[in-house]
Amino acid sequence: MSKNTEKRELPERSAQDKRDFKRELTEVVPHLRAFARGLCGRPDMADDLVQEALLKAWAAQERFEPGTSMRAWTFVILRNAYLTDMRRNRFRGEYDETVAERILTAPAGQEEPLHLSDLHRALLTLPPERREALLLVGAGGFSYEEAANICGCAVGTIKSRVGRARAALSSMMEDGDIPDRDLSDPAAHRAILEELDEVAAGRGEAAAGK
Amino acid sequence: MRMSTGYMQLMTSSKDESSPQKGLSKDEKIKGSDPEWTSSLKKLYDSVVDEPLPDSFKNLLSKFDETDRK
Repeated sequence: MSKNTEKRELPERSAQDKRDFKRELTEVVPHLRAFARGLCGRPDMADDLVQEALLKAWAAQERFEPGTSMRAWTFVILRNAYLTDMRRNRFRGEYDETVAERILTAPAGQEEPLHLSDLHRALLTLPPERREALLLVGAGGFSYEEAANICGCAVGTIKSRVGRARAALSSMMEDGDIPDRDLSDPAAHRAILEELDEVAAGRGEAAAGK
Repeated sequence: MRMSTGYMQLMTSSKDESSPQKGLSKDEKIKGSDPEWTSSLKKLYDSVVDEPLPDSFKNLLSKFDETDRK
């Protein structure tokens, strides 16, 4: 997004451009929900994030270049919204047992098959920058280059994060040993949020690896 | 530091590991080293993509159209 802050002439958008934008934005919503769900693990919070991202995307539609990837463009917005919310501690004070219980006990029909919920739990134990890298490449099907653009870091950094995330998940899934580091554990939850601060402040691996 | 990227790590870490999957050729290794959970990860993502869109999103999207006409 920082690229967009520099002043440049925005071309006049035709009615057709606007219709295309709306259509493409609509099409990408399910993907935004999936990415958000993977990022934060909480369906309710994920959907709030997506709504926020959609509002921001709509407001910024003049900056979308027709013909480029709407999914990549909106993922950047979603990711920024996620990091900003996390940094504002919006969700930190809200932690309580009942919320955790409600979320961890998915409503009937929405339960993930056992191996999927294990995987989801394992995913949530990863440091956020590795989690998002793996989500983008391993689940979202983005190339390393696209993922690097979305995260605003070097391609090598993304490759490294994906590699580490894969190694960690493989060992967790193979051993069946998933650390209890999800939302049901307040201390772990706090640790995850602290790591997020590092990423949001740009002090993650990108800074270390340059 | 053994190597700089995770990808390289995947490729070279086989040297000192003895699991049977690791003795494969390069191409086979890329495919064969894909653990089972990688397809589960896609499934996890796709399962959300395939969910019916909640009304809250439909409402929001239709609101966009209204603001546009003003």
